[in-house]
Amino acid sequence: MKRYSVFAIAREALRQHAGWERAWASPSPRARYDVVIVGAGGHGLATAYYLGKNHGITNVAVLDKGWLGGGNTGRNTTIIRSNYLQDPSAAIYEKSRALYETLSQDLNYNIMFSPRGVMMLAQTEHEVRGYLRTERANALQGVDTRFITPREVKRLVPIIRLDGPRYPVLGALWQERAGTARHDAVAWGYARACSAMGMHIIQNCAVTGVESAGGQVTAVHTTQGSIGCGKLGIVVAGHSGALADMAGFRLPVESVALQALVSEPIKPCMDVVVMANTVHGYMSQSDKGEMVIGGGADHFNNYTQRGSWQHVEETVRALVETFPMLSRLKMLRQWGGIVDMTGDRSPIISKTPLSGCFINCGWGTGGFKAIPGSGWAMAELMAKGESPLAEAFSLTRFREGRFIDESVAAGVAH
Amino acid sequence: MLLLTCPCCGVTAEETEFANGGEAHLKRFGPGSTDDEFDAYMFSRKNPRGVHFERWRHAYGCGKWFIAARCTVTLEVFATYPAQTTEPPAEVVATIKARRPEWEGFA
Ligand SMILES: Cc1cc2nc3c(=O)[nH]c(=O)nc-3n(C[C@H](O)[C@H](O)[C@H](O)COP(=O)(O)OP(=O)(O)OC[C@H]3O[C@@H](n4cnc5c(N)ncnc54)[C@H](O)[C@@H]3O)c2cc1C
Ligand SMILES: [Zn+2]
Repeated sequence: MKRYSVFAIAREALRQHAGWERAWASPSPRARYDVVIVGAGGHGLATAYYLGKNHGITNVAVLDKGWLGGGNTGRNTTIIRSNYLQDPSAAIYEKSRALYETLSQDLNYNIMFSPRGVMMLAQTEHEVRGYLRTERANALQGVDTRFITPREVKRLVPIIRLDGPRYPVLGALWQERAGTARHDAVAWGYARACSAMGMHIIQNCAVTGVESAGGQVTAVHTTQGSIGCGKLGIVVAGHSGALADMAGFRLPVESVALQALVSEPIKPCMDVVVMANTVHGYMSQSDKGEMVIGGGADHFNNYTQRGSWQHVEETVRALVETFPMLSRLKMLRQWGGIVDMTGDRSPIISKTPLSGCFINCGWGTGGFKAIPGSGWAMAELMAKGESPLAEAFSLTRFREGRFIDESVAAGVAH
Repeated sequence: MLLLTCPCCGVTAEETEFANGGEAHLKRFGPGSTDDEFDAYMFSRKNPRGVHFERWRHAYGCGKWFIAARCTVTLEVFATYPAQTTEPPAEVVATIKARRPEWEGFA
């Protein structure tokens, strides 16, 4: 792999850019790999990357039924933060946020991490109390957050209206080191680095069955033939139910559509991320100038990758109240992704009833921020059979009643 | 937008008039059951990509619970029927079979 650098740009500029290589190879599958990962989203690719980087396991294939990064990883609103409530969440999300800070250098690929700060508005007394509690929990966890006053909110976000008739702004939980990154670049950067380690990324390769012998996984059936594996990692977000069914178990997960939309591009007007959980909307401005708006999730199981119409209306209506200038904007695009929801709104990184088969899912509406940390933990779990970061997120927590309740911290879909 | 017909009062309305109540026809396990049975009843869900049986409540209408058989991919509603049953009625199964010949049946 040729490194990207300022010298490479200069060199290529002098020869009509003829020397750029493909960022990753597109090989045909081998008959067998030590590890097969299903799902080339951020979490699957990061798992493969840290298997190689941290554990020296490089005989790895990452399979995807579509194109890499074409699932939720390429459909999300890219908010990265770690101000959750429970200790196990703080540990993995903060690890992830910290890895994001140096990920561009680590991957030699510009993922455009922008620590512009994330603000979660408190618009009811209940929310004020909730965020004060989170602020204190975060202080104990070593996560840098602060509850700020409406005046500070206004200073950071001049376009906001503090005294809306229904939901005045009473303060906000502010995480200065949080922010956004370029979602596609995260998938592409990991894919390039995996390919450089000799791993195979195989696109247009849907897994249709899981084969086992004596309770041990042995192979997967795919649209490109059968592929043997020593270990199997299922990392398919909204499609986890289907893959679990193939592997012979069920999950405490339901799949629903979550939507987002963007406006026409306008001049820079807001340089932080604002989340408004009570009215259920959140917004940031992309580098192109579009206002990126996240909406609500459907309330019923579905795989439509589209989402119900009324959620767009609800979200926009609520945001217009807090940001009156939005009422003049035209919306450009709307899309949806299928998110995998657990009852306690926390993920699953776990062994499964099938020996050799591991699952990473349940990130629901908020797993983009977790990609590096989740891949780190999943790789450790698959390589060593245990991982301190993953331990609390095992499948058995449900039957044992060890829920990691993040329904408040996850409040809005993000 | 999803359109549903309430089998209790006969009204057809948009999804905003109804509240979803999750997977239908779960067999309840209580005291005396094994941990596995209780775990499966409490938490494990089919979450299928295709034919799904689910509970709905006509929340902003007659208030009654009913069950819908629906495709989670196309949102096609095969049938709605009253909730007082432990499995889908034979004619509902036949309707789904006719529309989705590859469906493996209710289990
Ligand atoms: C609208 C929206 C906004 C969001 N906003 C945020 C946000 O602001 N911040 C945040 O942190 N998170 C956000 N999220 C959540 C985040 O996008 C996801 O949690 C995360 O991207 C999940 O990554 P993944 O790698 O697990 O899944 P995905 O990126 O979905 O990858 C799974 C892959 O598995 C593949 N696959 C599925 N079935 C098969 C099969 N049978 N065989 C082979 N491959 C298969 C799919 O093609 C897909 O590429 C948002 C999600 C949505 C939909
Ligand atoms: Zn009714």
